[in-house]
Formats: sequence, structure tokens, C-alpha cells
Amino acid sequence: MSLDPATIRRIATLARIHVEDAEVATLQAELNGILGWIEQLNEVNVEGIEPLTGATQMALKMREDVVTDGGYPDKILANAPQRAGDFFAVPKVVE
Amino acid sequence: MSLTDLKIAAARDALRAHEFTARELTEAHLAAIEALNPRLNAFITVTGERALAQADAADAALARGAFAPLTGIPLAIKDLFCTEGVRTTAGSRILGPFVPPYESTVSANLLRDGAVFLGKANMDEFAMGSSNMTSAYGPVTNPWKRRQDQDAALVPGGSSGGSAAAVSARMAMGATGTDTGGSIRQPASFCGIVGLKPTYGRCSRWGVVAFASSLDHPGPFARDVHDCAILLGSMAGHDPKDSTSADVPVPDYEAACARSVKGMRIGVPREYRVDGMQGEIETLWQTGLTWLREAGADVIDVSLPHTKYALPAYYIVAPAEASSNLARYDGVRFGLREPGEDLRDLYERTRAAGFGAEVRRRVLIGTYVLSAGYYDAYYLRAQKVRALILRDFTEAFAKVDALVAPTAPSAAFAQGENMDDPVQMYLNDVFTGPADLAGVPAISVPAGLDANGLPLGLQVIGKPFDEETVFAVGAALERAAAFDALPQVRAGG
Repeated sequence: MSLDPATIRRIATLARIHVEDAEVATLQAELNGILGWIEQLNEVNVEGIEPLTGATQMALKMREDVVTDGGYPDKILANAPQRAGDFFAVPKVVE
Repeated sequence: MSLTDLKIAAARDALRAHEFTARELTEAHLAAIEALNPRLNAFITVTGERALAQADAADAALARGAFAPLTGIPLAIKDLFCTEGVRTTAGSRILGPFVPPYESTVSANLLRDGAVFLGKANMDEFAMGSSNMTSAYGPVTNPWKRRQDQDAALVPGGSSGGSAAAVSARMAMGATGTDTGGSIRQPASFCGIVGLKPTYGRCSRWGVVAFASSLDHPGPFARDVHDCAILLGSMAGHDPKDSTSADVPVPDYEAACARSVKGMRIGVPREYRVDGMQGEIETLWQTGLTWLREAGADVIDVSLPHTKYALPAYYIVAPAEASSNLARYDGVRFGLREPGEDLRDLYERTRAAGFGAEVRRRVLIGTYVLSAGYYDAYYLRAQKVRALILRDFTEAFAKVDALVAPTAPSAAFAQGENMDDPVQMYLNDVFTGPADLAGVPAISVPAGLDANGLPLGLQVIGKPFDEETVFAVGAALERAAAFDALPQVRAGG
């Protein structure tokens, strides 16, 4: 399965990465090269195999549903590119 | 002997015996960094003043006789570990201005045990790479040089290339790294030092900038197996803040290094013999097996039939997880922000400016394999192949105590090589990726030199949570190899 330029643009939009028109052909060649190499997985018989989501075989622990952390807005906001009071600020979204 | 030549175990004893101070030890390493970092670029950020303050605190503790396992030992911290009040970039432009308000669990454990942090080590951007060439802060140069071509700058491997170069060149006594597809073991092999990827869940991932959460393994680098055991003993342990952290006791890893391999069954995975591997690596592998036989181990052929499918499966699973993890870099809450016409344009321009070419490729691949209509064909299939890779290891470990194989298919290559085709670069991880997918522990130990005089590592892979056997076999290889070659660029060299 080979990616066309429209698919490259669609993936970039889904990933929220701006791609210049001049970059599409390079990305198309690189991604198709990688996906072509990955195609060899189709040789493997995976009939009846349960997918493995992670290396750990342990059951996740339960804990009390209580607040254990927080209450320091200045620390949280210290790295904000732009802040307004105790809020992260962004360009106007609604007119 | 200069202070920078000491290993951690010896320095620890000497500090406790008051033969020198922690300040003197830290000053020697800071001087080495000042002299060598302009050539090697192993550190992105050097925290000299903090290091000296930590060293003074260590000296005060030592004077009281109140020392911890690492009191006064100067280390480098991969710039993927969040360090409170110290800039943490993950090798990316997008985190250029980021100063974490918290400390990662692993680095906090090292500080609890008295370690001194010299600074933040360079790395491939978001730990994606095998050469350190994808760092937004410039490449790292390997302290080793080819005998015949002294001018060629070689890569230290990656992604933990700065950590490995710093320890190799004696700018730090040890370092932290992370291994997602080979990012500790491959640079350890390229730089002639020891690097260990522990079992998944052994070291907490909390506060480590996430790349692929089901594959990210924090672990140590040092100049011998025993020093790695000391570091792992401090780094490991259960952490309620990481839901995948294992709630199991941390054994005495130092004691494990002294265990005999007599009677152990060592497996040789026949699929780790690949076309295009440097001839000296096959020879070194056979030599390593001979050493283990001479030490009383039984060497047995085993099969890991799905080995060749590990990397293609990895290059679905890891980018898929990365595309999800890296969604947080949106220019709103922390990191870089590029102005845009509206919020969406701000996201897209911030991410275009903030991510380098390799990170962008992987986020796009990950987005594609998770997208509607392709999920089953790619992501689900890769997870099933991952199950088969784990099954290969489980079946092999029913017959043997550990596996021994080469760490990487080549010695260090030159900066700029393997850059034209992403897949060529990915193939560096052919022997390391399977252990990440299966979550099993593995160590790389320097075992010899190639014809160019460059170090080559052998890898020991163990059962889940059996780092002790990995240390025992690694230490046996280390004793037999008696590897004492030195990099051309090093402190005092």
C-alpha cells in the first residue's frame, strides 16, 4: 500500500504538523520506504494470537480515588508561553 | 592515577576513607567537561555550581559518617530525565525553553543516594535515533577514533549518545540513559563502556519525557559491570507514580556480579547471525562463548524464530505510541510557541518548527498506522507479532538461563553515514530491539576491538526481573575479555 500526496497532507493535518508543498514529495518517498519495509510483517502467521499491548504482564494496581497532588498554579504555569492570571492564554478561538 | 580514571566502586571507598573530597572529585570532572565538551558536545547543559553545592553537601555527610550508596559520585543525566529547576530539552527545539518544576523518580532516587549531577547529556531528539545526529543541539562526537582515519568524527551511537560519550571520555563516572529500541546498549557498544537496559517496570518512567511508553526503559551506563550494578541499585524500585512500575524487591546487584557462571546454560540465538555483519563481530561472539565455556557454562543453540520481524513491528508500535505521546507539544502549556493565524495554525506551525525531520517522520508514520481503516492492518498486526517475539524469548528461557549475542551489527560509523535512508539507520537496532519489545533485561559489555581499533560489545539477555544473572554473565565476559583499551579523546589522555 503506497501513500499518495493527498494522504501525506491528510496525515500531516491529523498530526497537526504544517507541511510545505515542497516537502510533500520527500516525505512521500521516505514514508513509503519505511512502510514498504514494514510490509514484511504480512509474512507472519498471526492467526489466533492475542495482541500484546505492553511488556509488563502485571495487573494494574487500584488506589483510592482521592486527590494526592496539586494546588500550585504558579508551578504549573511557570513554563506557559503566555498566561493570563491562573490560565494558559491562546489566540482568540471564538469571535 | 587521575581522579577521572577511577571507577565508582573505588571512588566510593576512597571518599569514605577521606583520601580525597567529593569537591575534588567533582572539580576534576567539571575540568574534564570544560576541556572536552567543546570537542565532543556530550552535554547540552552543564550545572557546575549545583554540582559543587551537591559535592559540598556530600563532603559534609561524609565528615559525619552519614553516607549513602552514591554519596559524592558525579554523574551525567540524559536530557530526557526531568530535573527540577534545570532545563530539560529531550534534544528537541520544542522543549528548548522547558524548565521542569519536578524531578523524575529515577534522578530523585540517585539524589536521595547522594549522587552529584554534572549536567544534562546530549541525545537524539526525543530519543529517536541511533547516532545522536538528530539532536537539535548538534551531534555528539565519539571519543574513539579509527586507527587509519584519525580525522573522521564518529558517532557515539544513540539515542543516549551524550551519556555514553561522557562516561567513555571520563567526563562523568556514570550516567543515566533510556533504551526504547537499543538506545543504551548500542551507544555503550560504540563507546566501549557498559550499559544496561533493565526489565520493563524495574525503573520508573515517571518524569522521563515519554517516547514510546510500553518500550521506554531507563537504565545506567558506567565503565564496568559492577559500577552499573551500583547505579541500578539506586535507580530501581517501585514507584506509585508510574502505573507500570513493578512492585517487586530490588535485589543486591553488586553481589550478583560475583556469582559464578559454572553450570549455567547460555543460549546462542541462531537468528542473530545476519548478512552484512562485520566479520570481527562473529569472531568476537564465538570468542565470548568460548570464555563462558571455560568458566564452566554450558553453551546451547536456541532459536528465536521471529527475530527478523522485531524491527518492522517496532517501527509500527514505537511511532504509534510516539504520535500519541508527542500530541502534548502544542505550544500552549510549555515549550516552544510559534505564532499562527488561529489556534490550529499555531499548533501546526509550532510543531513544524519544533520537531526535527526524524521526529516528524515518526509522528506521521504513527498517525497513519493508528488512523481509521489502517489500525488492524498495521498496529494490531504489529502487536500480535510482538506477542510472538515475547513467546520466542519465553520458550528459549525454558531451556537456558541467559542469551549471549552481539550488541550491534557494526562498530561506530562516521557522522553523516547511514543518513540517506531512514531504514538503514533503523537496522542498527537489529539485535537490541527484540529485548525492548519483550521487556527483558539486557546488558552490553565491551569485549574487543575491530581492525580499526574501535570497541565492540557483546550482549547478555536475561529472564524478566533476573538482572542478577545478566550481571553475573556480563561480569564473567568482562573478566575474560580484560578490555583495557582507551579512547583517544579522554580526560588526562
